[in-house]
Amino acid sequence: MLGEGILKGLAVTARNFFGSYVSKQRLTTLQYPEERSPQIEAARSFPFLVFDGTDAEQGLRCVSCHICEKECPPKCILIKKSTDKKPDAVGKMQFYPAVFDIDISVCMSCQICVEVCPFDAIKMDVVYDLSTHDRFGGLLLDKQQLAKSNEYYRQIHPTEAATVDAARAVERAKVAAKAKAAAEAAAARAVAAAAASTAGGETK
Amino acid sequence: MSTTTYPTITLSPKPDESEVQLLEVSMGPQHPSTHGVFRMDVTMEGESVVKLKPVFGYLHRNHEKIAEQETYLGSMPYTDRLDYLCSLTNNWGYALAVEKLAGIAVPERAEYLRVIVGEMTRLQNHALLVGFLMQDMGSSGTPLMYAFREREKLLDLFEALTGARMMCNYMRFGGCRVDLPAGWLDQAKKVIAGFPKFLDEYEALLAGNEILMARTQGVGVLSKELAVSAGITGPMLRASGVNYDIRKVDKYSIYDRFSFRVPLGDHGDVYDRYMIRLLEMRETVKILQQAMEQIPEGPIMDPKTKVRNFRPKAGEAYGRIESPKGELGFYLVSDGSPVPYRYRVRPPSLVNLTVLEEMCLGHNVADVVVILGSVDIVLGEVDR
Repeated sequence: MLGEGILKGLAVTARNFFGSYVSKQRLTTLQYPEERSPQIEAARSFPFLVFDGTDAEQGLRCVSCHICEKECPPKCILIKKSTDKKPDAVGKMQFYPAVFDIDISVCMSCQICVEVCPFDAIKMDVVYDLSTHDRFGGLLLDKQQLAKSNEYYRQIHPTEAATVDAARAVERAKVAAKAKAAAEAAAARAVAAAAASTAGGETK
Repeated sequence: MSTTTYPTITLSPKPDESEVQLLEVSMGPQHPSTHGVFRMDVTMEGESVVKLKPVFGYLHRNHEKIAEQETYLGSMPYTDRLDYLCSLTNNWGYALAVEKLAGIAVPERAEYLRVIVGEMTRLQNHALLVGFLMQDMGSSGTPLMYAFREREKLLDLFEALTGARMMCNYMRFGGCRVDLPAGWLDQAKKVIAGFPKFLDEYEALLAGNEILMARTQGVGVLSKELAVSAGITGPMLRASGVNYDIRKVDKYSIYDRFSFRVPLGDHGDVYDRYMIRLLEMRETVKILQQAMEQIPEGPIMDPKTKVRNFRPKAGEAYGRIESPKGELGFYLVSDGSPVPYRYRVRPPSLVNLTVLEEMCLGHNVADVVVILGSVDIVLGEVDR
């Protein structure tokens, strides 16, 4: 019968239309921005800089090694190295970025900077509603805007942050053990030297 | 393919140009039916097309030349943006070419991950294609939104795994970037198990529709001979009845482990191209179910491959895969430096587009839109 296929199709449409009033499965849209879909943990938008503790300036993990700047495919990162050094998380003196800018109008959220960073200093954020009236200044983020705390990182990517924290704790323990061993060795050497000098004094 | 009798469409004969008045119409580059910024210079005699000149290049982004100044890894996110609907298969093709070039072996689990995400990409691409084809025929919205609804479930899976819905940047040379998060596989199994239901619904909605048949059967016929000699690949070639699927021919990755069939058409018209996509989705569901059952535990990256300072030895390689649109190939020449000496993409969309004029000649201008829709192009890949 001519028109049978059309009627069959209309039945499907009707089932979906009336079904959307009773079945949550058929109602698939959300009223953004009043409603939002739940945040997916692995989601990424733009990079941010992680700092430890409460002081963004002091706790910044970045040591200004320029690796992310070099590896960034669209070259949206600008780093200027400091002239002086400050102690990092394990107490080693390191350079820090005097300037760290990311132009997120150029950034393509590829995550390569995160993959190549050896210090776990740069991570991906999840904020996506970033539209602004000022397309040049408003999208060029500087160090202060980029710095976000480790607590924030734990909050947005809990699984990933736990692995990073564990790895950093191991590293810190290793450095502490090494420092302790070095201190002990130095003390032992000092004792030995003292003993040698006293022994030398005795023989004199 | 189907038992319905095909209507015979009489194409208007080529007119003598001295007698008739020809009208030149520029379709595009902003026309919603042209799937992006694509323009067609159509010369018409009355309603029928006598000449068609495709004009592309509006979305040219210098992809190949940029890639010759980027590191090998740095080009990976750019391949996402070639065919922006199927970023994962683009990643795969590029990773395959680099792995051939550098002689990298991929761990078994990573191969399974690649097959799973690659076949999911095929599902969502074909779902979009059948949706947009209906949109081109004037069915504004309903079928397309059904397809979008289903695609969104797959994109949510992509986001949970790779971090992004469309620009996934997931594969690396010698494996994949991250392993499956907890609960992902169960969720994926649920979505894939529900997919045939969507296909049934979609077929109930449209397969027997008289308007669809009148608009597509016998329209835009591409003969077997022309398809082969023009280098057409993918579903479009198979709709013309040529049994050529690179998953079967090359058996790249681990495709020899799955049992699936390659659907073939016999008329080579728009209806066959539409049906091929629907049938292929059913076969893809089969591959996915097998892959998700068989996936082993193990590493997902080749431990010897470095992320930074990656320098393959001098040489050349061509890696190709069966992307949802056809043969996607990457040709790379290395001179031993961290950047490729030559980087070339063989885009399926562009090659499939070359027979557009032959398919459209003699048809009405409204059919041109449908024929273009059935080719399945993405301008990001055509123009690069």
